[in-house]
Amino acid sequence: MAEVRIPTILRTYTGGERVVPATGATVAEVIDELETNHTGIKERILENDEVRRFVNIYVNDEDIRFTGGLATSVADASTVVILPAVAGGAA
Amino acid sequence: MLTIDQETRDAIIAHARQDHPDEACGIVAGPIRSDLPARFIPMLNAAMSPTFYEFDSGDLLRLYREMDDNDEEPVVVYHSHTATEAYPSRTDIDLAGEPGAHYVLVSTRDGADVEGAVMDFRSYRIVDGVVTEEEVRVVDGYADGTTPSTAPSSTAPEATKKAES
Repeated sequence: MAEVRIPTILRTYTGGERVVPATGATVAEVIDELETNHTGIKERILENDEVRRFVNIYVNDEDIRFTGGLATSVADASTVVILPAVAGGAA
Repeated sequence: MLTIDQETRDAIIAHARQDHPDEACGIVAGPIRSDLPARFIPMLNAAMSPTFYEFDSGDLLRLYREMDDNDEEPVVVYHSHTATEAYPSRTDIDLAGEPGAHYVLVSTRDGADVEGAVMDFRSYRIVDGVVTEEEVRVVDGYADGTTPSTAPSSTAPEATKKAES
């Protein structure tokens, strides 16, 4: 069982919960489990089966971009953090 | 309405001048639900661009963890536009991820990057793609006695960068 930290903007899907449990051997499986319990959340995190460009996911403080993306393994008692990028600009 | 103390407002303007012609960005954190921007945290613009800003993903994680530990939230998310007006762009609107925050924009265009020049300082709510401009009230300090801190936090990347340079 991993602990998933949900950002403010996605807490509408978790009934306001900041942290929810999820099981799964990989990040992809954890997100599928999130979707099972919190319908609609997956689409806000993924696009065409890839993590959206402006969503950051960390497993035990490591950005999954550098650890294998959605295939990154999630051990029991891991912490998964989802954070929207803080980004923008005139362009 | 955004209520912000003079010192923090001036610190945002100074950061925008310092990073011009690139966009400057950062957060002012405050106690959860206080709506008071109390702790100024300038961030490194990882995009280092005159038309785009983005917090480095590692910096972002450390920032949010620190706010969590302090029972804080991002009260203000600020950035500068360097050649256009201080109004949210389509990109700003699409990427706005903090519905509870005041989005502050300043503009360093038309010579406002020069010390002493007047700089636009505007604030908006951006929720579900809808932009609402709000009044900005500048105060000397906060009535509840909270002391705003513009001293660089030890973990703010921008502070680290300065210390190294």
